[in-house]
Amino acid sequence: MTQPTLSVHDLACVRGDRLLFKGMNFQVEAGELLLVQGGNGQGKTSLLRLLTGLSTPEAGEVCWRGDSIRRQQETYHREMMYLGHANGIKDDLNPVENLRFAAGLQGCAFDENQAIATLRNQGLSRCLDLPCRVLSFGQRRRVALSALLLAGALLWILDEPLTGLDIHAVALMEGLIRTHLAAGGLAVATTHQAFNLEGMPVRRLLVGNVAIPELA
Amino acid sequence: MNLYTYASPATFYHLAGRLIPWFAWAAGLLTVWGLYVSFFLAPTDFQQGEAYRIIFIHVPAAWMSMFIYLVMAFWGAIGLAFNTRLSFMLARALAPTGAMFTFVALWTGAWWGKPMWGAWWVWDARLTSELILLFLYVGIIALWAAIDDIRRSDRAGALLTLIGAINVPIIYFSVKWWNTLHQGASVSLTKAPSMAALMLQGMLILAFAAWFYTIAVALARVRRIILERERHTEWAKAILAETH
Amino acid sequence: MAEPSMHRFLLAVLRRDLTLAARRRGDWLIAQFFFVMVASLFPLGVGPEPEMLARIGPGVLWVAATLASLLSLSRLFADDHRDGSLEHMVLSPEPTVLLVLGKSLAHWLIYGIPLLLIAPILGLQFNLTWAAILTLEISLLLGTPILSLLGSVGAALTLGLRGGGVLLTLLILPLYVPALIFGAGAVDGVMAGTGAEAHLSLLGAFLVLSLLISPWIAAAALRVSLE
Repeated sequence: MTQPTLSVHDLACVRGDRLLFKGMNFQVEAGELLLVQGGNGQGKTSLLRLLTGLSTPEAGEVCWRGDSIRRQQETYHREMMYLGHANGIKDDLNPVENLRFAAGLQGCAFDENQAIATLRNQGLSRCLDLPCRVLSFGQRRRVALSALLLAGALLWILDEPLTGLDIHAVALMEGLIRTHLAAGGLAVATTHQAFNLEGMPVRRLLVGNVAIPELA
Repeated sequence: MNLYTYASPATFYHLAGRLIPWFAWAAGLLTVWGLYVSFFLAPTDFQQGEAYRIIFIHVPAAWMSMFIYLVMAFWGAIGLAFNTRLSFMLARALAPTGAMFTFVALWTGAWWGKPMWGAWWVWDARLTSELILLFLYVGIIALWAAIDDIRRSDRAGALLTLIGAINVPIIYFSVKWWNTLHQGASVSLTKAPSMAALMLQGMLILAFAAWFYTIAVALARVRRIILERERHTEWAKAILAETH
Repeated sequence: MAEPSMHRFLLAVLRRDLTLAARRRGDWLIAQFFFVMVASLFPLGVGPEPEMLARIGPGVLWVAATLASLLSLSRLFADDHRDGSLEHMVLSPEPTVLLVLGKSLAHWLIYGIPLLLIAPILGLQFNLTWAAILTLEISLLLGTPILSLLGSVGAALTLGLRGGGVLLTLLILPLYVPALIFGAGAVDGVMAGTGAEAHLSLLGAFLVLSLLISPWIAAAALRVSLE
């Protein structure tokens, strides 16, 4: 099997009438984090949606393991996990039920003990039976994170993962990403905030107006 | 001739501009000739008198309303398969004309029905199918209007047109079925008077006239759409500048 | 041969939607009451004469069932779209067609089947014979899944649009006409003594066709709407 690499060639993105960026090229290797930064409305989320395959680029292509993601949707979706602004958590279900469904989505068998253990590690032991509606934003984020962890995906695509989290949760998240990278995973994240990034191999990408030069 | 060059909106814009006068003239001449045949040459039907002549407009209009819908579905499918913007624009340019012909078919059907059967509207198979076709057209146009993002709008409309096109034969069949069950064959506008050769000729000429008219109007409309969508490009800006 | 992961996926979607509907019983009840109310409006509008009611009954009940189903269709994808779970589902390794099939099936189980349970009672209100009511049940059994399937296409196309529910109805009703004609026609056939087999076979064929075509178009429409 080829190396797990996320690469982007000559990518261009149009939203409505506006050209957000064009000629974008970069590569993310195993164990690396790509940090996407830029002002609001500049195309950070659009870029992430292009990477997941939810949106189609105006030009260029996104490749996983050297092959276009359009040609290997099933494989790519199995190895990639997306965490967007909205958590993707059903408010009417409790955390365990949400995780059960997330496992079903991946086509995997559900290990309830492992799920509960993960939720406990995230500090949600007292919330296991409650509908997610009554949880705080930060707690719901952590349920979504548990789903991310259980899926065991190689590539994490995270949109503003630190938003709405308190200091402890932020440290927890950074720790999780660090562990993921150390195990050979890849991650792409957008952020407004400061990430504590010592020890993590990080590339930065600035999304601004129109042409983006190659990453240094 | 490489067809792909014509898929470029800029090239097509100019090509369309050159073609429109030809089609417009052809449509005009055929209409005059067709109306002459229909209203002066074709014999009076001994059963239905002079009023039957409205079918010379009704039948071609009904044919065109159906045909245009299928052409729209075709262009939508091409656009979805090959991701060509021009195909979607052509589909959009055709829709209003198709809806118009459906409307004309319904009105002329009613005008025919009144002297024949004494009622403005009879639920005969063809008229009812035309009514449903009108609903399909309205649905597509409403969907296009409701979506702001052009790309999504084009594709959603194309998908809807496709599923409508698959359904249209079924709808037509089911309405005919319904009609024969409930009213029998007596009340039927589809049962046109047995055609004298001149009558058929008149209808065919007017059908071709309608076809050329449609092409001319659709080309004109697609040029407007192209200019609007490509207004950020250099060539479009030049054209818009000189017309002001 | 479908792999186990596809089975798991389909079951997960079904189980989730059924659980969610069970926790929001209000929405579900409203749709059923709507069915009853619309059907009850007709006698108020046209008069209670039994023979006439029996005459218009099949058509009225079919139209009322259609409208009640359409009421709930706009929410097929909308709720999931709002909390981001729809994108998760589309990003699953399993094909989107399976997702659409699962949700259509869930919709039918939740909103279609109850109509079948209520229809006989309304049939009695419209003075239909037991034979007619039985035929009505069979025709609705075939017709309500068609509506869930066609409706999924409409719901996917109108995802997130203003005026979504009304627009969805406008788009789907013309496509549903054949089902209405064959379905109500079947009951009419039984009442007139001409039999319902032909109608029901045609209805069944229409169901098979919808099953073969709608999920693909709805999946494509979903991807288009999520771009």
